[in-house]
Amino acid sequence: MLEIKGLHAGIEDKEILRGIDLVVPTGEVHAIMGPNGSGKSTLSYVLSGREGYEVTGGSATFDGHELLEMEPEERAAAGVFLAFQYPVELPGVNNANFLRTALNAQRRARGDAELDAVQFLKMARAEIKRLSMADDMLKRNVNVGFSGGEKKRNEVLQMAILRPKLAILDETDSGLDIDALKIVADGVNALRGPAFSAVVITHYQRLLEHIVPDRVHVLANGRIIRSGGPELALELEAQGYAAVVAEAA
Amino acid sequence: MNAVSQTSLQAAAASFRARYEGLKERLGGDSIQRAEAADAFAHQGLPGPREEAWRYTVLRPLTEVAFHEPVVLLSDCAAGLAALPDLGMPRLVFIDGRFRADLSDAVTGAEVRTGAPAFGPSVALGEKMVALNAMLAEDGAAITVAPGVDAGAVMLVSLGSDAHGVPVSFHPRHSVVLGKGARLTLVEINAGTGVYFNNPVLVAEVAEDATLVHLRMQQEAAGAFHLSTVLAEVGARGTYDSFSLALGGRLSRVEVHATLLGEKAMAHLNAAQLLGGSQHSDFTTIVRHHAPATASRQTVKNVLTGRSKGVFQGKIEVARIAQKTDGYQMNQTLLLSGDAEIDSKPQLEIYADDVKCSHGATVGELDADQLFYLRSRGVPAEQARNLLVRAFLSEALDPIAHEGARAAMEAAIAAWWERQA
Repeated sequence: MLEIKGLHAGIEDKEILRGIDLVVPTGEVHAIMGPNGSGKSTLSYVLSGREGYEVTGGSATFDGHELLEMEPEERAAAGVFLAFQYPVELPGVNNANFLRTALNAQRRARGDAELDAVQFLKMARAEIKRLSMADDMLKRNVNVGFSGGEKKRNEVLQMAILRPKLAILDETDSGLDIDALKIVADGVNALRGPAFSAVVITHYQRLLEHIVPDRVHVLANGRIIRSGGPELALELEAQGYAAVVAEAA
Repeated sequence: MNAVSQTSLQAAAASFRARYEGLKERLGGDSIQRAEAADAFAHQGLPGPREEAWRYTVLRPLTEVAFHEPVVLLSDCAAGLAALPDLGMPRLVFIDGRFRADLSDAVTGAEVRTGAPAFGPSVALGEKMVALNAMLAEDGAAITVAPGVDAGAVMLVSLGSDAHGVPVSFHPRHSVVLGKGARLTLVEINAGTGVYFNNPVLVAEVAEDATLVHLRMQQEAAGAFHLSTVLAEVGARGTYDSFSLALGGRLSRVEVHATLLGEKAMAHLNAAQLLGGSQHSDFTTIVRHHAPATASRQTVKNVLTGRSKGVFQGKIEVARIAQKTDGYQMNQTLLLSGDAEIDSKPQLEIYADDVKCSHGATVGELDADQLFYLRSRGVPAEQARNLLVRAFLSEALDPIAHEGARAAMEAAIAAWWERQA
């Protein structure tokens, strides 16, 4: 379970998150929607431990771990996965090596046996097939020369292989055509189950047609101003953020 | 400061000359060529900072050590030998610059002669370090591969020792001559313990359609000096394919002169310099395109930590006759500390009008976004940095076709990384 209490955070003296309270019970998928500049990406970076963000108050725990006190790699080993809005290119690092290094680092941190190259490739190829991705995905350098859609698919592949307990998807739908959107959604839906939770951050309701959330929260001006069921996403789509923000003010 | 430096350079040069005077009756080989070298050295001395080619690599630390001739009682360098990678190829072992038949293997496919060097036509005595070498060279390997023969791979090993209790200098003189269509992979490893000065010269003659792959691993002792020169000449459709890894030494420089003499001759002068502490290492190349449709490729990568200093000087000369030349040079540096320094100097001299030559240089730090991306996937910070450094080097390392040698280089780089952590 992810539990965020009174989280205040910002960047260089500028407060962006102004007291976030959010509980995502294990097994649930929650959507966070909000206008540009509301703090959506900041929330995902603070939860995953990116440098440069200062937490000035509050806490975030995941399955009893104090997330905010952990290094990014420790959060990953604890089962937190951030799907990036802009996946990073790693020239000179091939995808298979990257994924195996990451998986084995997590397994090592958890005290599990590492996978050898043969075991890893067998597993990775099965995931690629299941996600209907191209076979050469593993051989290419990480995200180098990938189209926007391919980069997002690669995030989903990483998620499928690393099998997180909590996935945070930071506007994973931005810039995707409908086919890529479906692949991303299928990847998340395949992981859904009693031991998996997700926070789906998005600007548009479109993705939520494919990943139907248990709860929807509206983030505006660094606070969650409204929460509701999946129907809230439709209301936002129909009325726009301005109306909901004004109503809450 | 400069004046002091000049004086100390002169004093050091005088001591090398005195050694020659004492030894010259005993030194074998062509005494006339050797005397010419001694004359050239007496006239030129050691290179100083006023010379453009030596502006960034100042030999002052070298002049602060008195180097002696290695004495006859020789160390077996057992630890150094045990540390050599097992690449399944015969090895020729030199200890303190002297050939050790008892530690070396027979080579099939190539003719190998050791002992007092025959200097050959490429004397290049205008090069100061070459003149010093020719004046004092006692020993070396002369490797000849007959036309059409693929001689496989040979390891050429130099181990410096501190067995004598005084700093020694040695000046081995090697040559590799490949006949038409011949092939050889030469894996050169320079290592040792203590304080010494290794000043090797390797002359390579690559005939038409021949290929010499020259892989160098410089892992000299932390207190050692390494100033080496490679003089390579390549005939039509021949290839001199080299990679030079610099990890060791207090002060080192590899200077490669590659002259492309025949049509479609090709040179690869790739290198990686990984330095820490107060190390200084210099990779200097001079590529001369003297025939049409010749090509040269240089990918040089530096990874610098601590207060280390890296130098890359790359000169491409294209003669008027060398139309359709294709020259490429890229120098990239990762600065892992604010106190490290890189001096990068490309130089193009082009006299032909139909050529394609490009060069570029970049300097940067590890990318924070890349580091975070890896860490967010569970890769610990140190391992993530290592992975990114290895990725940075990949363009220079991946083209090494000899798998064993490449693996040995990667292992040496990994060990270097461990030492920095």
